[in-house]
Order: sequence, then structure tokens, then C-alpha cells
Amino acid sequence: MPRLSADARHRIRLKLNGRTVEADAEPRMLLTDFLRHNLAMTGTHVGCEHGVCGACTVEIDGVPARACLTLAVQTDGANIRTVEGLAPEPGRLSILQEAFRRHHALQCGFCTAGILMSLECYLRDNPSPDETALRDYLGGHLCRCTGYVPIIAAALDAAARLREAHKHA
Amino acid sequence: MKPARFDYLRAGTLAEAHATLAADGDDARILAGGQSLLPMLSMRMARPKVLIDIMHLPELAKIEADANAIRIGASVRQAKLLAWPALHERQPLLAAALPWVGHAQTRSRGTVCGSVAHADPSAEIPLVLLALKGAIHLSSRQKQRRVPAVDFFTGIMSTARNDDELIEGIEAPCRTPGHGYAFREFGRRYGDFAIVACAAVAHADGVRLAIGGVADFPTVRDYPDLSGTALDDALDGFAWELDARDDLHATGSFRRNLVRQLGRAVVEEARRCRA
Repeated sequence: MPRLSADARHRIRLKLNGRTVEADAEPRMLLTDFLRHNLAMTGTHVGCEHGVCGACTVEIDGVPARACLTLAVQTDGANIRTVEGLAPEPGRLSILQEAFRRHHALQCGFCTAGILMSLECYLRDNPSPDETALRDYLGGHLCRCTGYVPIIAAALDAAARLREAHKHA
Repeated sequence: MKPARFDYLRAGTLAEAHATLAADGDDARILAGGQSLLPMLSMRMARPKVLIDIMHLPELAKIEADANAIRIGASVRQAKLLAWPALHERQPLLAAALPWVGHAQTRSRGTVCGSVAHADPSAEIPLVLLALKGAIHLSSRQKQRRVPAVDFFTGIMSTARNDDELIEGIEAPCRTPGHGYAFREFGRRYGDFAIVACAAVAHADGVRLAIGGVADFPTVRDYPDLSGTALDDALDGFAWELDARDDLHATGSFRRNLVRQLGRAVVEEARRCRA
């Protein structure tokens, strides 16, 4: 890859929720803005823009990551999943999303996309999480509505249902 | 909260990264995981002309260990080191401190060496490297050199790295039989920057204690085998020598107290671990 000039836009091609997409970005463009403005995927929210609040968390190459601490140019060739990729089909929620609804694990919903993406990664690697570990893990996200208790309940419920679904898969 | 303009170079070879550093010097910054650099860019505390992305250089992606030391390459992410099965056996102090570095959601991208390069006064990895008598491997187009951790950290976010150099890796001594290791920190919330962080290595002749979060860079003292009030006096002296200041997060007096209390706790824990 040649040196990408600061003043020009450069073609970025990546896999987003299973589809190859491309758009142009200046080197300084954050992945959050690239997703929202250039790819019109506004499910990823922008909170603090310096990596503290967790609202913009997405999955990059299989791990949870802050989209605001990532440049679009860094993700050229990467495999990214956002909250738009969670539902198995239009009109149907994922097991984790369903659990959030059942447990009222969101109120304003601003932090929710990031928390869902984080938990999606965590539950894949830790199918039987304990509450303490989940609390530590969710320390990487700020939620000012729920007090976190319903989020933990939803995560534990979703983990149990995912284990069950896995058994019958 | 958007970065100022910069060029971006995804280095294809180490030589390309060195050449750009040699040409652009202070105007160039190495980009690894970006978990410390991106906030600096967004807040415009850093305004480089070019970022050199080193995450696609396979020679920097290795964790290697021999009988004496672990060598961690510049693009090894914190999560990768934490998941390395031999970590606890090879170096329990690194294993104890790593879960305190940022959050799981930043350790997934942040690199071990990036934390060392950034040199935040409260950062855990520089502290542990200092406690262990580790070293930093730097290279430029001209030469390579190895800098002991004790000489590397020189101020708040400043290090002995020259403008044309990059960190190729760090080296941490392996666990020594008969040594005990302990790490503790205090912050407002889990994952926050440490208000005080302590790392101790206990050995037959005494204990080595490193403190982070108080002075401008992590600081270390070697003590003979002290106990009781002699240990209290030593910790009190260390606490005052660090010149703790009042800030938004804690008063200087609170920080001194943490040095005394957490300091004693890590020293005692490290001694217990020797047994």
C-alpha cells in the first residue's frame, strides 16, 4: 500500500456484516464516521469519541473494538460486524437481542448497540459466564439508564438460551 | 473530537517504517493498536504529519520465550499476551497486571509495546517492566539498541526513544525460582486509569517495589528484607519521595496513603508467593 495522502480520499474495501462494501475516506476519518456517514450504517453510536463510553463498540476480525479508536484506513481488508448484523433476518431478533427486550435491558438505547456487540463476542468465547466476570467485562461500557442489573440478567438469560440452542443445533 | 490531517502509511517492511521515521522524525508517529494514540489525535494533543501502521509486519507479531526471558513484539496485542497459555508460568507479574490494562474492549486491539511507547504515568505495563528489570528493544535505520526499563521512562508520556526509532519489542525476564511476585492497583472503577499501582518482586535478600500513578513515571526502590515498623518507615519515605500532587482524581495525601497501604500489601503478598 502506498503512503496515503492526508488531503485525498482513498478507497477502503472491507467486509461488513458478511457483505463486501467499499467507500472513500481521508486517512484521519474514524471508523465510527466511516460507518455512519459513508456507509449509512447508523446503528453504531458515537458517544465520547475517546474510547471511554463503549457506545461505538463493533466487532473487528472477531474481537470487540472501539470504532472511535480505529481509523477507517486501518480496517481496509478487515471483517467487521455491527449491530445491523445481529438479527438473523428482517423482523426477527437474535437470541441476545430478544433477551435484552425481555429483561428491559435498555431504556434510551444509546449504549445498547455497543453492549450487544461486546456481549456477542464475549458469549461466543464464554458460553457459561458468571455474573462477576460479566460485571467486569461490562465495565468497558457506560449505561446511564438501566443501572446495569437488567443488562446482566439479559446476558445470563441469553447465555443459557444459546447453550440450549447449541445443544439442539 | 476529530483528528487533524495526516498521511497514513501501512508499512510493508520494517525498512519502510525506518525510512519514513528517518525522513519525517518527530512529525511521524508509529500506529500499532491505536488505543492510546487515537484519543491523543482526536483531542489534538498529538498532530503528526504521518502515521506509520506497523500491524502488518509479521516479524513484530511474535511472543518468544527462552529459559531467561519473554520477548514480546511490537504488534502483539494485550489480549493475545493475556491468552498466551504459558504466560502465568513464565511471568506471573505480567499475568497479574495485564487484566488491569484498560478494558477487555481495548485490550483486544491495544498492544503491549504501545502502552510502553505511550508511557502514561499510571500505565501497568511500564510499571511491571520496571519492577522486573525488563528492557526495550529499539531500532532505527542506522542501528539497534536495548534500553533497560529503568532508563527508558523519562517523564510524563516521554521516553528515551529517539525520533527516528521505533520499539521493535520488549523483553521481560522469566519467573525466577524462589522469587515472589505481586501486583495491585486502586482506581475509581475497574478499568479506569490507576490512581496508584504497585508491583513487587520478593527475593532472598529483600524486595523490589515499583509504584505507578504518582510520580511522572513509574519509580522503583530496592529494600533489604524489612518488616514491621521498618517496612512502614521505608514505605512512608517512598510515598513522600514521589512528590504526590492533588488533582481531579485524588489528593496527594490520599495517594501517599495508598502507597503505604497498597505498598505493604504487595510486599507481603510477594513474600507469601516466594514460599
